[in-house]
Amino acid sequence: MTGAMAWGDLVHPFHFQFFRNGLLVATIAGALCGLIGVYVVLRGMSYIGHGLSHAIFGGFAASGLVGVNFFLGAGVWGLASALMVSAVTRRKSIGSDAAIGVITTASFALGLALIQLYGSPGRNPDAALFGNVLGVASQDVWIVVGVSVFAVAVIVLRYRALLFTTFDPEVAEVSGINTARVDALLMLVLAASILATMSVMGVTLIAAAIVVPAVVARMLTDSFARMLWLSTAIGAVCGFVGMNLSYHLDIASGPTIVLTGSALFAAVFAATGLRGMSRLRGTRRGLEPLHLS
Amino acid sequence: MTDRHLVEVSDATVVYDRDPVLVHADLAVSPGDFVGIVGPSGSGKTTLLRVVLGAVRPAAGTVTRARRVRVGYVPQVETVNWSFPITVGECVLMARAGGRWAPWSTPSERSEVADVLDRLGIAGLEHRHIRALSGGQQQRVFIARALLNRPQLLLMDEPTSGVDVRTRHDILHLLSDLNADGLAVVVTTHDLNGIAAHLPHLVCLNREVIAQGPPEEVLTADVLERTYGAPMDVLEHGGMPVVVDRMSASNVIRLRRRAQ
Repeated sequence: MTGAMAWGDLVHPFHFQFFRNGLLVATIAGALCGLIGVYVVLRGMSYIGHGLSHAIFGGFAASGLVGVNFFLGAGVWGLASALMVSAVTRRKSIGSDAAIGVITTASFALGLALIQLYGSPGRNPDAALFGNVLGVASQDVWIVVGVSVFAVAVIVLRYRALLFTTFDPEVAEVSGINTARVDALLMLVLAASILATMSVMGVTLIAAAIVVPAVVARMLTDSFARMLWLSTAIGAVCGFVGMNLSYHLDIASGPTIVLTGSALFAAVFAATGLRGMSRLRGTRRGLEPLHLS
Repeated sequence: MTDRHLVEVSDATVVYDRDPVLVHADLAVSPGDFVGIVGPSGSGKTTLLRVVLGAVRPAAGTVTRARRVRVGYVPQVETVNWSFPITVGECVLMARAGGRWAPWSTPSERSEVADVLDRLGIAGLEHRHIRALSGGQQQRVFIARALLNRPQLLLMDEPTSGVDVRTRHDILHLLSDLNADGLAVVVTTHDLNGIAAHLPHLVCLNREVIAQGPPEEVLTADVLERTYGAPMDVLEHGGMPVVVDRMSASNVIRLRRRAQ
């Protein structure tokens, strides 16, 4: 009974508590990255996930050195980097890509220098770089759940302001929305999300986990609200499927989750053809600054 | 400021990076006014509009607004990201971004959106993507967003920039109808003959206000030359001023087909 054997193989890991923990975290982390990714992609800041995860690696090294809690130290470090990127970008003379490149790589370089000088802190740097969901502790589950609840709460309660600020920041500002505060709030959610999901995705691949679901969702819809939940669902599916693949293929969870998303992207790209591609032209904040004449 | 003004800008000077872009500008807007701001590129038209809006604070001078005046703003359509995943209904509802925290729209909000779209002649397009509309419909979507909060003053930046003649007529008629209903309107425009000559009040701007008043008073060869720095003639056609470039040997560039 080959079918029964295959089914048995598939459900076998579910008997292990560590796998169930890992699967739960990977699915929630995927959904969280998908949700945040919509704003990241539409603001033309796709590189920020990559940059911030590297910046947080600097915080990872520094927190070990100073002796503060990893999540607190790396979280504050990541948020500070995100706010700096946001502040530099708002001045408009420097684009977001350049701001991310300068600030986050400087932070990553500082982390590497600290590790070389003082040695690695308690956590395994390889796990931080590539993700190791099988070593997920119950504390990590609660952190991912807590950050997800926080992210959903922010996005639900500030949905309209976030949408207006993402679509048309100039007019949002003159319409009475404090866009600097909205941007800072989004950076806080983003930094917290990256920090919470880093153990699953790894520093090097988290950017793809943020960007890919949003890009796939954009190819499937022209509505912002639908893109938001589609991207979340796609992220969750990628986390769930990628985690199972990670177990069966004995590969780190980061690569399998990202490769699942990439395969989905290729399938949707082929299925939607030119229509999907024309929608993708909108996955950046294509606004020129309002020219004051 | 008299009590009847919605907004009054007095002696306003705006400086960007030490460069004065607006100098000693005056502009008063009252209920029912329809004002056009004309001038060359870089003359401070958008800056003056944003001073009226309150988005730019002048370095000198004063801006006084009537208490609780509601102002709607329509940006240049060239600044809109038309590929952003957003439907007409979602776009118009952005006007309520500051009021309600829940993401979903209420039945009364949906009804208000339907009403404003109907008023602007684009009823039933709520679920269409903003790019899947004609140029005139796209402009109306952003007018609808500005009108949703029932403003007393509508500010529009280059409402007819990049649109065809038919759309320009439609937008001018639409703004005229809104103005007839009591809405004060201020527009910036490059289009002297298609838009400015039809408006009841013009402000000719070149960093400073060169002249303001009815078109028949301010669209003169002297004012236009001081505003644009180029010689122009003003003719009359059907009782309206028509501005033409002055044709002279010195300012006509003749392009000839190159001899084979």
